[in-house]
Amino acid sequence: MIRFSHVTKEYPRSGVALNNASFTVAKGEFAFLTGPSGAGKSTILKLVYMEERPTSGEVRVGGIRSSDVKRREVPKLRRRLGIVFQDFRLLEDRTAEQNIAFALEVTGTSRDAIPAKVGRLLTQVGLASKGTSFPRELSGGEQQRVAIARALVNDPVLLIADEPTGNLDERATRGIFQLLRDINASGTAVLMATHNLELVRRSEYRVIEINRGQIVFDSAERAAAEQPAPPAV
Amino acid sequence: MRLTLREVSLGLKRAPLLSVLSVLTIAFSLFAFGLFGLVALNVSEALKHVEERVEIRAFLADGAPVEAVSTAVGDIAAFPEVAHVDIITPEQALARARKEMGEFQDVFDAAVLPASLEIRLKPGYRDPATVREVAERVKTYSFVDDVRYGEEWVQKLYNIRTIAGATGLVLGIAFAGVAIIIIGSTIRMTVLARAREISIMRLVGATDAFVRRPFLVDGFVKGVVGGLLALALAWVAYRLVDQTLGISSAFFQAGSAALGVLIGGVIGLLGSAMSVGRHLRDV
Repeated sequence: MIRFSHVTKEYPRSGVALNNASFTVAKGEFAFLTGPSGAGKSTILKLVYMEERPTSGEVRVGGIRSSDVKRREVPKLRRRLGIVFQDFRLLEDRTAEQNIAFALEVTGTSRDAIPAKVGRLLTQVGLASKGTSFPRELSGGEQQRVAIARALVNDPVLLIADEPTGNLDERATRGIFQLLRDINASGTAVLMATHNLELVRRSEYRVIEINRGQIVFDSAERAAAEQPAPPAV
Repeated sequence: MRLTLREVSLGLKRAPLLSVLSVLTIAFSLFAFGLFGLVALNVSEALKHVEERVEIRAFLADGAPVEAVSTAVGDIAAFPEVAHVDIITPEQALARARKEMGEFQDVFDAAVLPASLEIRLKPGYRDPATVREVAERVKTYSFVDDVRYGEEWVQKLYNIRTIAGATGLVLGIAFAGVAIIIIGSTIRMTVLARAREISIMRLVGATDAFVRRPFLVDGFVKGVVGGLLALALAWVAYRLVDQTLGISSAFFQAGSAALGVLIGGVIGLLGSAMSVGRHLRDV
């Protein structure tokens, strides 16, 4: 699904944000990206949805390679991904329904198909009764659910979540995390950046830890290393 | 298209003040350009009237054969530079002199003026070189005594027209440039006001063309509305000068006015395209 091969990202002003990072995320996998603020988590996510290109190395996402992707091909990639942010990024002057419908309209879904799909998505995220509410009328957790529903409009193969619980209280955090687990259980890979270590510890998912632009820990590698060697024949 | 129009109207509703300011900025920029256009138009009209007075006068020798003169008139009228040729008889010349210089009435009582050919040139052929060249050709007729065309005056007129044309072109480009910069900056504010929406559109997979479309329509509409407003302001200014100050002046013809409004639309469209294009490249 995702393959980072010796990826370095350097910004002209702030310097190296990611240094020689290599990892893969398989189809349907759930992986956490953890690390302190400024460690390089968001840079990795931006490289995945190709908002940024690597300075060196290569990023592959669903068969699209950063080394030869053209600008006009990026929207095609984004339609196969769902992206969720800490600040929800909802349009304040549109209702929950309209925010979700907007993403469908933008990607050229037929007008007739939109209401049913919006209704289904609102039900999936537990907001069937809040479709006509504006973002300001919703709690933080509910706004994030709308954002997740919007991210799911194109049945993505990968959901990218950048600190999705960063602005939420404990209860809302649990609810959003459970929703992401359900989405993952239905086959969508999830790559979630978080600095909520409690959430990470409580779950059984893979953890990739970044610090100062370098991958300092990957639970998948450790698990592979701890596997007993096959018996000698 | 339905979605594009909806986004345009949402943009207007969301920031009505910014929309009004954009239209007014476009209108006043185009109004300044239009005022300059009006001045240029009137200067050009005035020069055209003066230019129409450029003529070559060929004085005929006494006893010039009538048939030869008639043939020559036909020949000269067929020159590509010549608009028309008139024969001025001695009587007509005298009558004109008396009319134009009434204070010398007594001098003209006994005077005898020579017959002449009055040659007027087509627009575009009234420059000193062409006038001189036609005069030289006319001079070759044996019955032509003398040819005059006010060489110095034609040269001065030509210089004034050239300076006016060059000044007009430079000022016109400067005015248009300033208008484009002001309009572009105004539209950039509209684009920045909707930056969040643009980033969301791009995140959910909107193509650049899709993002750009509502802004292009918005820019074109504002440009046309601003152009219409500028035209109305220019008309008010024209009426003020024409009636209140009593200076007879010309206004744009319907075609030029429509072209001006269309130019407003095109400037709005290009300003939007540049602003949104720059924004899309930056994010």
